Amino acid sequence: MGKNSEPDVGRRASGVSQNLFVEIGSVTITLNHFSAAAVFALFASIVFGITHRETTRDMVRYGLYCFAMFLGGVLVAGWAMWVLRK
Amino acid sequence: MTNSASDKMTEKTNAAPAQPVSMMAVLAPAVGWLIPGAGHMMQKRWIRGVLLFVSIMTMFLLGLAMQGRIYKANGGDILDILGFIGDFGAGGMYILTLANDWGQGAIAFATADYGTKFMIVAGLLNFIAIADAYHIAIGKKQ
Repeated sequence: MGKNSEPDVGRRASGVSQNLFVEIGSVTITLNHFSAAAVFALFASIVFGITHRETTRDMVRYGLYCFAMFLGGVLVAGWAMWVLRK
Repeated sequence: MTNSASDKMTEKTNAAPAQPVSMMAVLAPAVGWLIPGAGHMMQKRWIRGVLLFVSIMTMFLLGLAMQGRIYKANGGDILDILGFIGDFGAGGMYILTLANDWGQGAIAFATADYGTKFMIVAGLLNFIAIADAYHIAIGKKQ
């Protein structure tokens, strides 16, 4: 995770940024597949936990469950594809 | 058979009477759409509101930073329309993105594709948050 110098494909600001909006529009972040999946799992689990359960304890437990299922699914799918490819 | 029928009747009679739509039931989803988590915050669910705000905003901004593409209403293609529905859920961020011409990245490399999906999912998660804010407003949830 970090800033990189991938080719510009969008409308990028040239030179020194003039304001905050240009700065936001010109930031580029690259995540590898697993990092992207982990970030996705984290935030989706937080929202699922808050919205799908009533009590704080249940929210935390359900959020952790969702996070584990997301990441577990990624790992299982990854290994399954590795096996299929062989 | 008779018992189940009488149970259903009892359920109907015990059901809470329909309450008139309160101002909060309209305002919370609307404000929650515009600013993720604000629907919870205005009902004094501060921690939930802040967590929803941070989660949804971060996902959307990460999507933008990954050069994701934002979908517009007149996409034409059915998949573009579905993408638009997802993006539209992000509310204020979607409007701001369109106004500043961000999210114009072509999906030419994997990271940009992830970014596009991040923005769509951020919008969809906000729809869930809006529904939750509504349920709190009508008293269906604590």
